[in-house]
Amino acid sequence: MDCYTANWNPLGDSAFYRKYELYSMDWDLKEELRDCLVAAAPYGGPIALLRNPWRKEKPASVRPVLEIYSASGLPLASLLWKSGPVVSLGWSAEEELLCIQEDGVVLVYGLHGDFRRHFSLGNDVFQNRILDTQIFHTEFGSGVAILTGAHRFILSVNISELKLRRMPEVPGLQSVPSCWTTLCQDRAAHILLAVGPDLYLLDQSACSPVTPSGLAPGVSSFLQMAVSFTYRHLALFTDTGYIWMGTASLKEKLCEFNCNIRAPPKQMVWCSRPRSKERAVVVAWERRLMVVGDAPESIQYKQLTIQVLLDRLVLRRLYPLAIQICEYLRLPEVQGVSRILAHWACYKVQQKDVSDEDVARAINQKLGDTPGVSYSDIAARAYGCGRTELAIKLLEYEPRSGEQVPLLLKMKRSKLALSKAIESGDTDLVFTVLLHLKNELNRGDFFMTLRNQPMALSLYRQFCKHQELETLKDLYNQDDNHQELGSFHIRASYAAEERIEGRVAALQTAADAFYKAKNEFAAKATEDQMRLLRLQRRLEDELGGRFLDLSLHDTVTTLILGGHNKRAEQLARDFRIPDKRLWWLKLTALADLEDWEELEKFSKSKKSPIGYLPFVEICMKQHNKYEAKKYASRVGPEHKVKALLLVGDVAQAADVAIEHRNEAELSLVLSHCTGATDGATADKIQRARAQAQKK
Amino acid sequence: MAFPHRLDAPELPDFSMLKRLARDQLIYLLEQLPGKKDLFIEADLMSPLDRIANVSILKQHEVDKLYKVENKPAISSSEQLCFLVRPRIKNMRYVASLVNADKSAGRTRKYKVIFSPQKFHACEMVLEEEGVYGDVSCDEWAFSLLPLDVDLLSMELPEFFRDYFLEGDQRWINTVVQALHLLSTLYGPFPNCYGIGRCAKMSYELWRTLEEEEDCETKGRRPEVGHIFLLDRDVDFVTALCSQVVYEGLVDDTFRIKCGSVDFGPEVTSSDRSLKVLLNAEDKVFHEIRNEHFSNVFGFLSQKARNLQAQYDRRRGMDIKQMKNFVSQELKGLKQEHRLLSVHIGACESIMKKKTKQDFQELIKTEHALLEGFNIRESTSYIEEHIDRQVSPIESLRLMCLLSITENGLIPKDYRSLKTQYLQSYGPEHLLTFSNLRRAGLLTEQAPGDTLTAVESKVSKLVTDKAAGKITDAFSSLAKRSNFRAISKKLNLIPRVDGEYDLKVPRDMAYVFSGAYVPLSCRIIEQVLERRSWQGLDEVLRLLNCSELAFTDMAKDDKASSECLRLVFVVFLGGCTFSEISALRFLGREKGFRFIFLTTAVTNSARLMEAMSEVKA
Repeated sequence: MDCYTANWNPLGDSAFYRKYELYSMDWDLKEELRDCLVAAAPYGGPIALLRNPWRKEKPASVRPVLEIYSASGLPLASLLWKSGPVVSLGWSAEEELLCIQEDGVVLVYGLHGDFRRHFSLGNDVFQNRILDTQIFHTEFGSGVAILTGAHRFILSVNISELKLRRMPEVPGLQSVPSCWTTLCQDRAAHILLAVGPDLYLLDQSACSPVTPSGLAPGVSSFLQMAVSFTYRHLALFTDTGYIWMGTASLKEKLCEFNCNIRAPPKQMVWCSRPRSKERAVVVAWERRLMVVGDAPESIQYKQLTIQVLLDRLVLRRLYPLAIQICEYLRLPEVQGVSRILAHWACYKVQQKDVSDEDVARAINQKLGDTPGVSYSDIAARAYGCGRTELAIKLLEYEPRSGEQVPLLLKMKRSKLALSKAIESGDTDLVFTVLLHLKNELNRGDFFMTLRNQPMALSLYRQFCKHQELETLKDLYNQDDNHQELGSFHIRASYAAEERIEGRVAALQTAADAFYKAKNEFAAKATEDQMRLLRLQRRLEDELGGRFLDLSLHDTVTTLILGGHNKRAEQLARDFRIPDKRLWWLKLTALADLEDWEELEKFSKSKKSPIGYLPFVEICMKQHNKYEAKKYASRVGPEHKVKALLLVGDVAQAADVAIEHRNEAELSLVLSHCTGATDGATADKIQRARAQAQKK
Repeated sequence: MAFPHRLDAPELPDFSMLKRLARDQLIYLLEQLPGKKDLFIEADLMSPLDRIANVSILKQHEVDKLYKVENKPAISSSEQLCFLVRPRIKNMRYVASLVNADKSAGRTRKYKVIFSPQKFHACEMVLEEEGVYGDVSCDEWAFSLLPLDVDLLSMELPEFFRDYFLEGDQRWINTVVQALHLLSTLYGPFPNCYGIGRCAKMSYELWRTLEEEEDCETKGRRPEVGHIFLLDRDVDFVTALCSQVVYEGLVDDTFRIKCGSVDFGPEVTSSDRSLKVLLNAEDKVFHEIRNEHFSNVFGFLSQKARNLQAQYDRRRGMDIKQMKNFVSQELKGLKQEHRLLSVHIGACESIMKKKTKQDFQELIKTEHALLEGFNIRESTSYIEEHIDRQVSPIESLRLMCLLSITENGLIPKDYRSLKTQYLQSYGPEHLLTFSNLRRAGLLTEQAPGDTLTAVESKVSKLVTDKAAGKITDAFSSLAKRSNFRAISKKLNLIPRVDGEYDLKVPRDMAYVFSGAYVPLSCRIIEQVLERRSWQGLDEVLRLLNCSELAFTDMAKDDKASSECLRLVFVVFLGGCTFSEISALRFLGREKGFRFIFLTTAVTNSARLMEAMSEVKA
């Protein structure tokens, strides 16, 4: 407590600095640190360290060790490296550790050293090996740039959707450039590299030489370059001890400085104080540190959002802390607690030593039906860890059946998926599952599955009706659904077949099916139709005109209208047309022909089974009162009044009604009495009524 | 006439918002294809589209030419083609053929398909199979609720009926659920929900699930409509099969109201042109007669005409100033009324010509006999004669179905002979129609004796079970015993006749069928609303085969105002008729409710029968 400033040292003329240990790293390293591969994640993320990396001079028996520490020095993981030689380590924006091997294989680890996945950077890299790499971050993800042994650059802007881009050749590049960096702008990444006194910018299509604006003369080599975190600024260090600082486009110089140190610096980085607009470049040599400043900066760092912060806590498995933060900040459940719990559950399913039952129960106990928790997502994670049974158990907790379907399909539990899709009531989902099943199962099994699911069956039938008629037939066959098979063939006889022979054959198949379905009525009706079709064909051939596809009734009518009465009679007998129908039919046809003579002959052929009122009606319809009257006299007593009224004989109608003493008939006649002409009749009825009432 | 609403009748919510929403969405979709484009519209969508966005709005958004989607190659020369269609496979083949024709001609244009109200996976699959999926962009126009009138919303999905009730295809249920969801988003939650029928229950459950998932939206909102009632069409086929005799229903039966408007032909307009007339509450004359029994309408209209004449006649005694006033203020209104009056008088005359003949009287008499269950033999002969005389294939079929449902199926002899007669009259292809009708339970054969009845009751038990879905088609028609007679007795559907039924001053909903029959669907709704539950209706539910398919759901925290509790949404799944609408409007006036109707489509007996008919391809 003697002297507060004792540990402060002067830095230049007006500034002081002090050095103290912020955190003590839990590693047992001193000098060897310089031999390790080290990578620190951005935003104070974890630090990865590969001990004993491959050195040609070292014996192969000493295996490298991969260690991960938190930024505060706590060990998170340590594992023996059993894979190939690593050339570079780096952290993705999602805090996944990328270990890039010499042969272009990238192994991805979580921050607890858990292996996630691996991928290859392609054949080109594999054959030529890697000379140098850089991992870079943009707002769209983390990318990687590779310099291969063939001195070609290969780029992937986003490793989570790996698309490798081979950059154009740099003319005359025979060795590793003295320095290079990746520049990102608008989703596109370029490479800036220094070869002797020249700078080249590599984009997708070309390699072009570039010159920084206002660069001091006399540079014969660039020793170091550094791009700022936002890719807006660039710093260059030359062999003359000169530092150029400007925009990344190289078009604008912000500041320059000559430090008179010609040794290549170990490191050069951009830095700034939080919320300060001042920007600076820090250059470090073995025993010297230099800060070159003053580049006024108009942007600020984007702060980590609360969501990202929570993600980071979750990644570190600090679930309770994350939940406390959510509760403190009163975040809505869906964004906060539910999300953390879901993450916890995803972690939980990876605990392989706990039984499926226990994991499922534990998860359900904690999560219950918290809104915003997707059990299907957790189940998907369980399935990802190879725990299919656990996944199915977890899916049982998913209240939305539709959500269960995609995973069930992925797990090849298609039949279960079908039931769930049906439960969801979403026919599109059912249809999707059906298509899956159709590809997955053989036809017989597929049909059997459908048979147990009427809703799906109806849906599929509807589709087949429009798009796959043959399948529809097979479906009915499979089910021994002879009734529907019969209908199917009948439909085919109309739609598919043009020739009579084909149509008759289709109908025959239909009739057979109907017999099998024990639907005798339909079978007989179909056979009648076959007979009718053949006959109509013959009629067309013999008589001309159109008969095909007329109903039986219309066929006979057409014959009568064409004067073929004999043929009509014959047809009526052959098809056992009932008398009543035949009378109606003839009556109508003859009236249409206005063949009154024939009609009268017909009416006298025997006693009419439909009475004579229809004769009166039809004559009146054709405005032939004269003929109508002939029949009115023959109408039976119950319709007599009606018939007389129809032919306009009101007076006689009144007489009959009075004779019948029928009140309804009386008022009917009365309602027909119009004007002066029927005045007497009306009086007569009124008198009859009065008399009736007296009695 | 035209009973004024009770003074305190609750205000209806404003449904015009639905039109604006649909229009804005359509415009947005059209704008997604910037520049000039030709629009191909499916025939079924033309009338609904016309109610949402007229041609000038379409033109404003760079629609150049309009074409009807039909089975003809398109002659459009536009570089961009937009198709507005229902999600049907045949439409996809049409689009595909067009694209493929362009391809083989080496032509490239932009194609966009807008599905209304939603797209189906099967449609996209057909596009894929035809090899054009990559050439076409697909979008959805979620337009599923068309306000046809202040109290009537239609989904304009007539195919719902056949798809669901005949083919067992549930594809439209999701559309219904989305429509219900939209309603609760716009008009608040419904505190009291009731329903009956398999489709109603399923729709309701899916709707609930959807609401729970997105609960933030409607939670805490004040309800605007206190009740919602969902009803499947197959709960009551009888009402839909009856001839309509209230004016609006009769106009629908005679001229076919399409999407809220009707084309009156020359026989009505008494000119050589036909006239398209919008039929809704804005037509003051129509508004007064739409719910009236037809026998009152003509008298009303002629009285109205006389009054109008009297108003015109006032001119005679006027001085110049009065005349000026008359011309500037009254004449226009009078002329408008004059025009409407003459249209409806023309329609009435035309209906009278067709319907007041002996035939129609006989027909109605037969229908009433069937409803009341007397003179069955006579009715059967009447139907037979109807068929023999080839009066009308659809009418004959309707009568057969009415006979079947009211009698719990036809006796085997009649079942065979009527079908034979029908095939002879109207063509053998109707064998398929009969198979459809049997499957839907509309035309069935009576099960002989008691032995089968035992089986049936077992089956119907199974069917009402949860495992119901598993029962195959073959059983379902057996299970659908209509039990109409017993239901009718239980619910008192045939009013006792003491003297003449005064159709001018109706005493119950039966007036919509000349006092002979209270529509079953409406009676069920009345009973449930009265009880606020299905309590005490167990026997009716059993007879309807709906014991497990009826539900009530009341919200616990009752934020509902007494005002909103007098508004009732009635949802008809499979269609409702104008007679049912008139009956419920009447009930509303009697009990102080106001009903709002949501239907998959407005239907009538002819549409139902056509949906079941198979016609030669």
